[in-house]
Amino acid sequence: MPEQPATDPQVSIDLPDPALKRPTLSHPADPAGLHALMAATPARIGVGRAGPRYTTAAQLLFQADHAMTQDTLLREVAPSLLAELALFSVATQVCGGKQEYLLRPDLGRKLSENAKEEIRARCPQRPAVQLVVGDGLSAAAVEANLRQILPVIRHGVLSAGLSFGVPFFVSHCRVGVMNDIGELLQPDVLILLIGERPGLGRAESLSAYMAWRPQAGDTDAQRDVLCNIFAGGTNPLEAGAYIVQLAQTMRAHQASGVALKLAT
Amino acid sequence: MLLRTRLHGKQYEFPDVRVLMGKANEEKSGDRLAGLAAETAAERAAARFVLAELPLWVLREQPAVPYEQDEVTRVIQDALDPVAYAELKDWSVGQLREWLLADTTTAAQISRAADGLTAEMISAVTKLMSNLDLIYAASKVRVSAHCNNTIGLAGRLSSRNQPNHPTDSLTGIRAELYEGLAYGSGDSVIGINPVDDSYSSVARLLEMTHAVIQQWQIPTQNCVLAHVTTQMKCLAAGAPAGLLFQSLAGSQRGNDSFGISVALLDEAQRLAQRHCFTPGPNYLYFETGQGSELSADAHHGWDQLTLEARCYGLARRYRPFQVNTVVGFIGPEYLYDARQIQRAGLEDHFMGKLSGLPMGVDACYTNHARADQNAIENLAVLLTAAGCNYFMGVPMGDDSMLSYQCTSYHDTAALRQLFGLRPAPEFERWLEDLGLMHAGRLTARAGDPSFFLRR
Ligand code: B12
Repeated sequence: MPEQPATDPQVSIDLPDPALKRPTLSHPADPAGLHALMAATPARIGVGRAGPRYTTAAQLLFQADHAMTQDTLLREVAPSLLAELALFSVATQVCGGKQEYLLRPDLGRKLSENAKEEIRARCPQRPAVQLVVGDGLSAAAVEANLRQILPVIRHGVLSAGLSFGVPFFVSHCRVGVMNDIGELLQPDVLILLIGERPGLGRAESLSAYMAWRPQAGDTDAQRDVLCNIFAGGTNPLEAGAYIVQLAQTMRAHQASGVALKLAT
Repeated sequence: MLLRTRLHGKQYEFPDVRVLMGKANEEKSGDRLAGLAAETAAERAAARFVLAELPLWVLREQPAVPYEQDEVTRVIQDALDPVAYAELKDWSVGQLREWLLADTTTAAQISRAADGLTAEMISAVTKLMSNLDLIYAASKVRVSAHCNNTIGLAGRLSSRNQPNHPTDSLTGIRAELYEGLAYGSGDSVIGINPVDDSYSSVARLLEMTHAVIQQWQIPTQNCVLAHVTTQMKCLAAGAPAGLLFQSLAGSQRGNDSFGISVALLDEAQRLAQRHCFTPGPNYLYFETGQGSELSADAHHGWDQLTLEARCYGLARRYRPFQVNTVVGFIGPEYLYDARQIQRAGLEDHFMGKLSGLPMGVDACYTNHARADQNAIENLAVLLTAAGCNYFMGVPMGDDSMLSYQCTSYHDTAALRQLFGLRPAPEFERWLEDLGLMHAGRLTARAGDPSFFLRR
């Protein structure tokens, strides 16, 4: 047992939440200018230095954000959200949880037999546009954006006079699952909204991967992607409108991916 | 073909070169995913014993994908210098390793021998090298190139200023760019990964970065890492690009999935020579990384190290200004943890140099891999010791758009000061003239982005 200190050292450390954006750089040439620069980007600038290394506050905040991201990685999409948006849920061939999902992307690209049956039973074939939601690498991305983006896409597709298939959710999902879905439902345009891998302290970023008549053997060269969909990136409402527009362009040119790029 | 050994009393036999090459690799989750990894550590050791005896000519005759089937194989085999090849074709892989490490083997001899090596041979010898072997052998070789400045000279360490932004905001990107310049980052390239791959958006980023280069008279080159076809469209329409970029895969099928081909890259190079605003003669910038072929189901049953080596064989055709592996970028399914990422970073850098390329490394990790910033700082130190040409510079190593962490503006500054290295000579002079660097160290003014609000 260490000896009891004779007197209580008069130290009191009681910190506010450090996640506030303020410069840790001292004596900037243009303080107001520095604030404007920092306001223009979420990137960690204006952080200053101790020799060629980071200031202590900046370094600790970085480490704290890494810790937070690690904690969000293992979450699943809340079933209540899927129920609220009337999405039924199917799974890929991943059955060993998140760890298997991370190490076996091949399984995340294939629908399970149960999933195929359920989709066949519930979804009409050959819609003009089929929407599918996948958790991908971030449940938080789906939760943060789906409520906003889904109605915009549905409404946009319907008001363009196109048929909108019955949307559903795929858990432990990879982008390549689009091929299986394409084979099954044969939509003209397939939209997969999927959680992007989480950044440091940011896990809300959603992507929309899209393809014209996807089928077995297709690769990313036949797909398009709109990424960074979240309030601080491409706003989900705007993204929804853009996705509908892109779906129409795909239909007009009967192509997607590199072929669409060459055609437009 | 008989490929067999006894080891500690047990017999190990390998049916062919492909299987042998997979099992001889250092442990990687991607090789396991592909079903190519050794079952046990002893089997891995046995595979290495056999591989060490394999004559190099066998590897030439057994490329990962047959010549008739794959244009990457054709590029590599057709570029082979028959004289250099004749001199070493009868060496074993183990002999090649010792020759590379020998004190009597000079940089000039290595770069000559490189003309006679195929990607499969380079991959094979890499499997026999320990981490320090990879560092030591790579440190012998310097490959330099010129565009608007000179990269890769001895005693120099460069940094790509990578001011990415989640909406491609011009003011946001400019703010990050200033932060980086204030730390001496940007001599390799000012290179942005765009969110929006459309022609007009990419052109606007080229215009903005070019304007900053003009305004501050920065001896460097700009680049927007969109798909190469988008950049070509920009160049043809007169947008100011300093370098043209593309990601490469090590098989034709892999490149198909990237939407590129040798013919397309040839055309990109011609266009760059004609239209880039920089003097050259090295105009291309490539990125690679273990695992992208398997991810596109384009690995033809071969291990990820060999496919990576084939990327370098393809890159060589274009005499690029810079090439870097983005080691650890894709995720844990290919490189599981810090140890695997570090190993792959050292392997890729070594293989690139042995392929005669001006190699840099994007030392990085994603949040779903078991790694952290310490791991990447360690790797950067090792690679600097190995004579790496450049690293990425990202604000505190946190890329706010690509969702990964890599090296920072600070890191290159620290590594330069730690190892006594300087930026590219033209760029160093520019920093000195502005008063941001003196005798290779940052000055009191450095590190302040608002410095660049003066003009
Ligand atoms: C990881 C990644 C890659 C990896 C993909 C391998 C893998 N297994 O994940 C690699 C390094 C191979 C890659 C390559 C390219 N990528 Co990429 N990539 C990403 C990144 C950082 C994360 C993607 C993610 O989270 N996916 C979610 C998970 C769940 O999906 P997954 O099924 O595991 O993986 C698939 C997708 O990642 C997809 N994918 C990855 N990149 C791209 C790009 C396009 C155009 C398409 C259609 C699909 C695609 O490929 C994987 C296998 O199918 C994003 C950034 C972001 N914010 O999203 C950029 C991003 C999607 N990529 C981009 C680009 C431009 C490319 C390239 C075209 C670069 C080039 N010039 O060659 C190449 C070619 C891709 C292709 N096949 O056509 C851009 C797309 C911009 C746009 N709107 O078109 C993004 C947004 C980054 C950027 N701004 O530069 N990429």
